[in-house]
Amino acid sequence: MAAIVVRRLVKHYGDVAAVRGIDFEVRPGEVFALLGPNGAGKSTTVEILEGHRTRSGGEIEVLGFDPETAGRDFRERIGIVLQTTAIERELTVTEAIDIHGRVYAGRRSTQELVELVGLEEKAGARVKTLSGGQKRRLELALGIVGDPDLLFLDEPTTGFDPSARRQAWSVIANLTSLGKTVLLTTHYMDEAQHLADRVAVISAGRIVAEGTPDTLGGRAEASTRVSFSLPVGTAVGGPLERARADGDRYVLEADDVTRVLHEITGWALHNDVELIDVTVDRPTLEDVYLELTGGGQDD
Amino acid sequence: MTERPISDLSLVWHQIRYQNRIFWRTPVAAFFTIVFPLMFLVIFTTVFGNDRISEIGVTFGQYYASAMAVFGAVSATYTNLAVQTAIARDDGILKRVRGTPLPPWIYIAGRVGSAVYIAAIAVVVMLAFGSVAYGVRIFGESLPSLIVTFVIGVACFAALGLLVAALAPSSDATPVLANATLLPLAFISGIFFISGPNEPAALRAIAGLFPLRPFGLAFHDGFDPLEVAARGGWLGQFHWPELAVMMLWMVGAAVLATRVFTWEPRVGEREGGRRRRSLAAR
Ligand SMILES: Nc1ncnc2c1ncn2[C@@H]1O[C@H](COP(=O)(O)OP(=O)(O)OP(=O)(O)O)[C@@H](O)[C@H]1O
Ligand SMILES: [Mg+2]
Repeated sequence: MAAIVVRRLVKHYGDVAAVRGIDFEVRPGEVFALLGPNGAGKSTTVEILEGHRTRSGGEIEVLGFDPETAGRDFRERIGIVLQTTAIERELTVTEAIDIHGRVYAGRRSTQELVELVGLEEKAGARVKTLSGGQKRRLELALGIVGDPDLLFLDEPTTGFDPSARRQAWSVIANLTSLGKTVLLTTHYMDEAQHLADRVAVISAGRIVAEGTPDTLGGRAEASTRVSFSLPVGTAVGGPLERARADGDRYVLEADDVTRVLHEITGWALHNDVELIDVTVDRPTLEDVYLELTGGGQDD
Repeated sequence: MTERPISDLSLVWHQIRYQNRIFWRTPVAAFFTIVFPLMFLVIFTTVFGNDRISEIGVTFGQYYASAMAVFGAVSATYTNLAVQTAIARDDGILKRVRGTPLPPWIYIAGRVGSAVYIAAIAVVVMLAFGSVAYGVRIFGESLPSLIVTFVIGVACFAALGLLVAALAPSSDATPVLANATLLPLAFISGIFFISGPNEPAALRAIAGLFPLRPFGLAFHDGFDPLEVAARGGWLGQFHWPELAVMMLWMVGAAVLATRVFTWEPRVGEREGGRRRRSLAAR
């Protein structure tokens, strides 16, 4: 049985149609990421699945419950990290985890969580004295204190420094190795690439693409790109004439990378031109994402 | 879920403990609730002198200590609960709680329980200070009535406080709403001014329809030696009509608050009623 089933989900806020009929399923033990520009409807979708908001249409099932009517048993099994929330400012980190943990029948220990999110040094500090990223880490701890089967993470690592982000990723990866299911939203493509088994891209309330991070939007089939730049004033000739300009760089789509590299380096040696900063890659998840969501033009 | 290792009662207890902790760590709230009424008592008795009040036969200290005890109890429940609950809602704290297995009634019970506990402290501190500084006398016969009056009074004002929080369009509006309703009522209910025999009967009748005057009256009378003597016996001290008025307000406020209370932040809320989720939903 799927952990989450979403069928023709629709949500209106007054005249605003935030979600316009989306379908997806998340299997148990899977990390499913929702990507999409600001205002695409990610938080709306996630909060409907958490039971925080009511839907305008469609069917959903989360762990076999309808979140709109589900009660304590349902909430016992889910963990939530909202996009924007607050924690009682006057409590300490330890106290906040403690009071939130108490309400679950099965919970993880406060000590363990403090270490897991790297707040050992702030364990006794008041929440109001934490930095933005530290507060966010505490929220992650509160999200998993009840040892949930299903974890909702709405932009969980926003404001994390790079090493905190890696640490959070390993916490999340650890959960999935225990068979937990995760529904994640993020604006960080490396996060989706790193964590997600499958991703769906939402744009203006609709899913425009769905797949694994490696195959999304035909990424796997896309040809490899060879890109480089040239010293200022170099006259382009030979095989370089096939390259398209991308800012101050030149990009060649190559099905046969070895041959293309050989051709351009041969030409460069022959003409005594230095190829600067040569890279060989496939379109990144970010490239595919930008393509799918309209080239980054937020509308 | 089969058996739960934690009982609901112990959850309520822990919620109260944490709410208390938060309260004491917010010095402004503690000051306004506990110290402010004491300051009023000192100011009133200094201005008027601690003489016998001719119309009602008790000293100023005796009168105002009981009036300020009621005022402190009402600040702790009505004003504080309204303001703090609305702020917690708009901060997203209530929303977070709503996403956990904690039953909403237990969360609310924690807030109310803490407010009542603070109210009790405000009353005890006031009476202790009054008896030391102004010789305020406490009568054994009226104690049962005073305790019951306190319990019903704070329950009533807690329900009203939650109703104000639920009705306030935003947390910024809550202190205004709470004070704009409480202060005028305090002036006509014998809290700041002594309601002597020469008070207009109409004003007295109107004030009597609201819960503050009944609370104040049932409380002062328990400190008025003539009144206590006249009523005789501990059962005779009970002010049934006043208690009934407060209970009516309590039930009305609780029913209405349950219907309009929301757990979602209301700042920037545009959806209106659709997101409203009643306390009774679960
Ligand atoms: N409570 C609300 N009332 C009215 N409109 C809302 C409400 N919440 C969201 N919306 C609207 O619904 C649309 C989708 O919002 P949502 O928060 O789901 O976007 P999102 O994909 O999470 O964006 P972001 O990446 O910025 O978090 C937006 O147009 C937003 O303005
Ligand atoms: Mg969002």
